[in-house]
This record gives sequence, structure tokens and C-alpha cells, in this order.
Amino acid sequence: MITKEIRKEFPLLAAHPELAYLDNAATTQKPEQVIRREEAFYREKNANPLRGLYALSEAATREYEEARELARAFIRADSTEEIIFTRNATESLNLISYSWADAFLREGDEILVTVMEHHSNLLPWQRAARRNGAVLRYVECDAEGRIREEDFRAALNERTRLVSMAQISNVLGVENDVKHFAALAHEAGALFSCDGAQSVPHIPVDVKALDVDFLSFSGHKMLGPMGIGVLYGKKELLEKMPPFLYGGEMIEYVDRQKATYAELPHKFEAGTVNAGAAAGLGEAIRCYEKLGFDAICRREKELSRYAFEVLTRVPHLHLLGPREGEAHNGIFTFTLDDVHPHDIAAILDADGVAIRAGHHCAQPLMKFLGTPSTARASLSFYNTEEEILRLGESLSTVRERMGYGQSQLL
Amino acid sequence: MDNRSFYNSILTEHNLRPSNKRELPGANFSLEGVNPNCGDDIVLRLRVEDGVIVDGAYTGSGCAISQASADIMLDLVIGKTKEEALKLSDLFFRMIKEKVTEEELEELEEAAALSDIAHMPARVKCAVLGWRTMGEIFAGDTPSQA
Repeated sequence: MITKEIRKEFPLLAAHPELAYLDNAATTQKPEQVIRREEAFYREKNANPLRGLYALSEAATREYEEARELARAFIRADSTEEIIFTRNATESLNLISYSWADAFLREGDEILVTVMEHHSNLLPWQRAARRNGAVLRYVECDAEGRIREEDFRAALNERTRLVSMAQISNVLGVENDVKHFAALAHEAGALFSCDGAQSVPHIPVDVKALDVDFLSFSGHKMLGPMGIGVLYGKKELLEKMPPFLYGGEMIEYVDRQKATYAELPHKFEAGTVNAGAAAGLGEAIRCYEKLGFDAICRREKELSRYAFEVLTRVPHLHLLGPREGEAHNGIFTFTLDDVHPHDIAAILDADGVAIRAGHHCAQPLMKFLGTPSTARASLSFYNTEEEILRLGESLSTVRERMGYGQSQLL
Repeated sequence: MDNRSFYNSILTEHNLRPSNKRELPGANFSLEGVNPNCGDDIVLRLRVEDGVIVDGAYTGSGCAISQASADIMLDLVIGKTKEEALKLSDLFFRMIKEKVTEEELEELEEAAALSDIAHMPARVKCAVLGWRTMGEIFAGDTPSQA
């Protein structure tokens, strides 16, 4: 994989040669071919998909459904009926909450999440628990982000109806053994929902091999446009679930008081869909295929090891999560003695290094770890060693620039 | 955008060695100011006698901008009347949100060191935290237990 060549495919990277973009867990940059594909949809194929009985609308429909097939194959699902297009992982998780939970949760039932979840995998369950008189339980992790099996087993019980867990933590970068936890959940009679927002873009995810009941992810974190995401659900579950949103394009027959709903997946896609973004996501998946997922993973592992090495050399820097580079999956969250993360991010910005700072939409985890706010650098395969070195060098000067004595340079 | 100049020595000095970060036993006004998103959290305390801020202090934690700005504000308003303090507050907000004249900038003394915050919209709420809290204290205007 030749990073220099790959970077040329990303117009934003070319437009900002001085910028080290290290906020890929928030959103990735988009390759030229993805931008073009979305644009081409509007230039050449724009019509309302799934409706028109004319060639153009059929072309729009084909483009949209082709993207669905690409998404299906990407996560190895059985059928395109199991691929619901949403806006993003957040909407996918909300769909499960409003549709499945409101229909099937009973008073006293339990939902189990981990303390490391992103707010998008917490708030939908807080809502569902409140609405249905259910209990939201947490399983905690150790300082490196590992969830111990005995803790998980202890939190599971016969009242647990659903477990929802991130495959890769957006803060610690640690990968949870979703396959194992899903099997334990199933043993206990619970469903398993996997938040794949940080995993689907970076590791091969096979829903059949993992045997998860739901998988949620966002297109924009995997080279695709904003505004398109996916909910995978097992067909027999999706069939039993009532619609999430009601309106056009999700019906069969409508009379004044009632309606029958369309078949899967359209039952869950009310209103005009985001076909342009779907086309872009389809193209993003083609980019993954072109580059090869194996090569992407190898490169990201290499960068993760390097970043770990560089960051652990920065004086006064404290890295959260695993004590080993690869286990970070490109996500490095840290604090720097005495300096507020927002000040770190602002100073790095002056050096042309873009990182995230704050609570990373995971306030319960931040409380659990005892750090109200942290800074995070997150990698993609198109990043370079030079960018990571610049991150390290810039971080090494932050304390000094904030007036905290001399710290030794890298 | 260059923010090298932004973390200038005035700001870092007030952050590292604040002159007004302490408890204030005789305070007759106190109010907590919070930026929930960044975790900036201060308690501003004032002792006001006959409409004059005779003393003031703050405690809390947060980013350098929020802490230094509160400290600078207190340097400015201690000894001033409530009306004078609110006028400075108005000036400070205008400096950050739009424009002020050179003379107005001078009135703000060290607080003028924060004028570049206008280019960093995400940090504006940090810079105004102390000022906003003082405004809320005077809007309430009934002495509270410190």
C-alpha cells in the first residue's frame, strides 16, 4: 500500500497539505471517487427512487439498491432485506429502541450495556427503559478497557432482553469480543446489538460469524458521505418489528384508518431516501475492495504501533486504554498533565494537527475513568508516520507553551 | 489559523498563577458557572458593599481560557461599582462578538489579550464564562449565602 499515492485520491488532503488530520474516529475524509459518485447521482440519475415508472427513476432505484447489495456483501449478511439504510449509526440504534424495544420490552425487563458506550448506544436505551419500565444495567471494564467474562455473566440474567455493545470503543480503541459476548447473551435468552461505528470501517465484520442480531454503523466514518448509515437486523426479527417512521414508501395499502406495510427493507425506510449518499457509500465500499481490507488493516496496525511508540515517549502524557499499540485500533485517547484537552487541541491546531478534545460523547466512561475530558488522536490508513511524529512533537511542546516549565523534546 | 499568539503570556500567566483563585469568606454573592460540554466549572464569589465590588474571587477548574479569563475579569472589576463592572462586561462581549474601538480595548486592559478568541468560536463560551456568571449574579441581585 503506497500511502503517497492513496493520499492523492483524497481531495481534502490535497487541499490541506499542511494539515495532519487525526480525527478519523469522528469522520474520515472522502476519496475523489466517492464524491464523484454522489455528484454523478444528482447529475445523471436523479429521480425519486422506488416510485417512478420511468427509466430515470428506475436508474435511481438501481443505484440505491446496488449500494444496499454492496453494504450487504461488506458485512456478509444473507439478504438485502436485512440491510436498512438510516442516516447513521445513531439512527440505527434509535430504530431498534423505538421499534423493537417499545414493542417487546416489558416492565422489569433489562437492557445491558457497557460503561464504555458512546452516548448513541446509551441514550436510546435510557429512553427505552424509561418508556417501558425496564432497567438499564451496566457492565464495567478494567483500566485497559477489558470487559471480564465473569463481570458480563454476573450482569446477565433471565430478565435481560437485549445486550448492546460497541465492537470497538470510540475512546479506548479496545476491541470487545463481540462474538463471545453475543453467544453468552443468546445463552441467557437475550438479543445482541452491536455498535459497529468504529469497527466496520477498520476490521472485517461478518454478521453471520459474529452471530449478532443487530449491527449499526455510519457511512461517513468509512470514506462515505454524511447522512447515510446502516442497520443490519436478522430477517426474522425485522419482520416482527413494527415500523419506526411512518409515511410514504413504507406501505402496501392505506385506507383512512389503517395501513399494511411494505416488505423489508422498505418497511423501515419511510419517506424519500438519501439515494445520493447511498450511492457514495456504495462507492466507498468499492474503495475498500480496491485497496483490499487486508492491506488496510495491516497498514492501520502498523500506524497504531507507531503512534503508541511516539505517544508513550511524550513526557507527562497519559494514554488511556490498552498497554499495547495494535490493541488501540488507531484510537489514542490521552491527557497531558496540567493542560486542559481543549487547550491541547487548540495548540495542536496552530501546528496544523487536528485532533478531538472533550468527553467524546462518552460521559459515563469519562466519569468511570476519573477524567472529565481528554484529547483523542485517531488514525486512518491514509495517515503517515510523519503526521504521527508531528503529533508527538507538537504534544511535547504544549506544556512549555502553556508556561509549565521545560519539557524535553522528542 | 494561527493561535500561537492566542496562548500569550498574559493568558498563561493568569492560568498558572491566578491572583484571584481562592475562597472568599466574606462574600455576599456567589454563583456557579458551568460549560457542560467542556467541563469548565467555576464558582464566582463577590463581596459587594454599597454597590461597589470590594472583593472577588473564584474557585473551580477548566481550560486555561476559562480560568485565566475569570481571573483577569476579577482583577478588572474589583474596586469598581456594579454599573462599571457591567459596562466592562458589555465591552468584553462586544470585543468577542463584534468589534470595539481602540480606546474601548484599552479600557479592558489585560482582558484585551482575549480578543483573538473571536476567531475560535468553539472557545468563546470558555472566555465568557466568568463574565456571564457575574452578569447572572447581578441579574439576580439578591445577596446569597456564599
